[in-house]
Amino acid sequence: MVTYIIRRLVGALVMLAVVSMVTFSIFFVVPRLAGVTATDFANRYVGRAATQETVVEVTKKLGLDDPVVVQYGRWVKGIFVGAEFDYGAGVEHCPAPCFGYSFVTKKPVWPELLDRLPVTLSLAAGASVIWLLAGVSVGVLSALKRGSVFDRGAMMIALSGVSLPPFFTGLIALSLFSYGLRITAPGGAYVPLTENPVEWAYSLILPWLTLAFLNAAAYARLTRAGMLETMGEDYIRTARAKGLRESKVIAKHGLRAALTPIVTIFGLDVGILLGGAILTENVFSLPGLGKYATGAISTQDLPKIMGFTMLAAFFIVMANLVVDLLYAVVDPRVRLS
Amino acid sequence: MTAPLDVSGEETKATPEAVVTGLGGPKAIQGRSLGQIAWMRLKKDKIALTGAGVVIFLVLVAIFAPLIVGWFGHPPNEFHEEMIDTMTMRPKGGTGISGEFLFGVEPQKGRDLFSRVVYGARISLLIAFFATMLSVLIGTVMGVVAGYFGGWVDAVISRLMDIFLAFPILVFALALVGVLGQFETQLGVQGDTLRILLLIFVIGFFNWGYIARIIRGQTLSLREREFVDAARSLGARGPYILFKEILPNLIAPILIYSTLLVPANVLFEAALSFLGVGIQPPTATWGAMLSAATKYYTVPHFMIFPGMAIFITVLAFNLFGDGLRDALDPKSNR
Repeated sequence: MVTYIIRRLVGALVMLAVVSMVTFSIFFVVPRLAGVTATDFANRYVGRAATQETVVEVTKKLGLDDPVVVQYGRWVKGIFVGAEFDYGAGVEHCPAPCFGYSFVTKKPVWPELLDRLPVTLSLAAGASVIWLLAGVSVGVLSALKRGSVFDRGAMMIALSGVSLPPFFTGLIALSLFSYGLRITAPGGAYVPLTENPVEWAYSLILPWLTLAFLNAAAYARLTRAGMLETMGEDYIRTARAKGLRESKVIAKHGLRAALTPIVTIFGLDVGILLGGAILTENVFSLPGLGKYATGAISTQDLPKIMGFTMLAAFFIVMANLVVDLLYAVVDPRVRLS
Repeated sequence: MTAPLDVSGEETKATPEAVVTGLGGPKAIQGRSLGQIAWMRLKKDKIALTGAGVVIFLVLVAIFAPLIVGWFGHPPNEFHEEMIDTMTMRPKGGTGISGEFLFGVEPQKGRDLFSRVVYGARISLLIAFFATMLSVLIGTVMGVVAGYFGGWVDAVISRLMDIFLAFPILVFALALVGVLGQFETQLGVQGDTLRILLLIFVIGFFNWGYIARIIRGQTLSLREREFVDAARSLGARGPYILFKEILPNLIAPILIYSTLLVPANVLFEAALSFLGVGIQPPTATWGAMLSAATKYYTVPHFMIFPGMAIFITVLAFNLFGDGLRDALDPKSNR
């Protein structure tokens, strides 16, 4: 078990290292190939009004002329031990984890990311509870009443759910409930949990439901397929034959086996979601990580984009790791192979 | 998950497997090819056929968009300020829907929504189809090579798949379209053409991991089958076994997952356009139309038509893909 954990941990670290290399090359090497020069990058820091000398000076101070490998090394070092930054206004210390300074706001990226994290966490937590409960229970009921009106209706709705983009359902929900009936909060009305829990839930209910609908639909389809498969297994017949109550057969023998793949996917989905629900946050103007990322992309603010990408990848890799380790606990075959 | 199908190498040739004689009729029982079996099942699946019908309809709409718009609409970028109430900037009468403007007009500019939705189908399907082809091509090659050769080749490719699946794809695609958009001079193309090529590349390139994983799994199990052993013992070499023995058996999963990848890519393109990095205005795309509609909550028809266009397209492909899976691989449960 210990060797298995170590192996998975090393795997996760390698993965993050590769992601960081790809991220760095896409944002710093690819633009170079397109003819963007080191001075162009320096320009982004000092602004267009700066004199030629300041630009050259900043280029030198930030080492934008150095070989790519050196620059990559400096970037990674900044993440682990922090860095000294000097883009003209004097030396500033950027503590670890340092993802550099924003081109636009001239502020360090990491604290901004931390600021946005609670919003995304709130969104992910609420939505995932709703979609897990709704998706699994609908899926189980559908499988047990296969072919019934309920099953057909639920599966039709579920198929529609996976075919609807969240930015469409979100827009319709907003215009219907927030602007038409005026029973939910309008877009952009986020209230932190620590400030007022009731207002917090009120401001998030529509984003939660929008995001949950999409995923609940997918989970209902998955749960139904899984249940249909396990309920056809021999051990279910055995359980019934030995006289167990049907409710117990379903819950203890059927659902338990059918849930394993659902839990895996749930872990991965939450990992992806923690990196920002880009579409949902944009529709509802929620100041989370996803909104932060799209804002950074529209201003081509490279340090922000890179910081965000690394954080999002970190969540995904960690979710993968947790799921793998949980699997090893549940299923001894995994850790032996 | 699709299990390997119980049909060996040649599927196109239907050879009689058993001929019943002397049992009251000359009627021969013929072995059916996979294609025939699938078609028989698909014919009975009304929902899947409806999906297929809608897909064909949408493709025709996309191809003949200029003709359709010529008959029923106005040029997609023609302003119709006469349709707009100058006080509210909303269409006169709420939506502007009439025999002349089938889906009404946009607020403010008064462009014909019907024409824009029809032209949007072109961009959406074009990008989704070619991106799917790219993903399937990369995914199949990677999956077959990883599954067939095994060893370190498999280890490297599998890691690569994991990495691609670990990327926050949407962010990467968003950023990459922005970064690559600066290559106008190097690529020698610009405007819509550049954007379309970029989107096909970015969407196709980030989506091969999933299909490669499935193809790899299938190849792994096919490699151990008797007919492959037989071919090898007859002296067949690697490439022959790969292309003539294994690849034909992968047609079914490739077909199924391509059909299911198209709607995913329609959604992906719409998402990118919604976030403003897709095809640039004034060219009409469904995602960009929805993005514009966010400013007009009180003009619901402006969001409903492009939104429903996305929904119907994606749903039709999903229905058809599900039906195709049931038809080609009856062992799988939906």
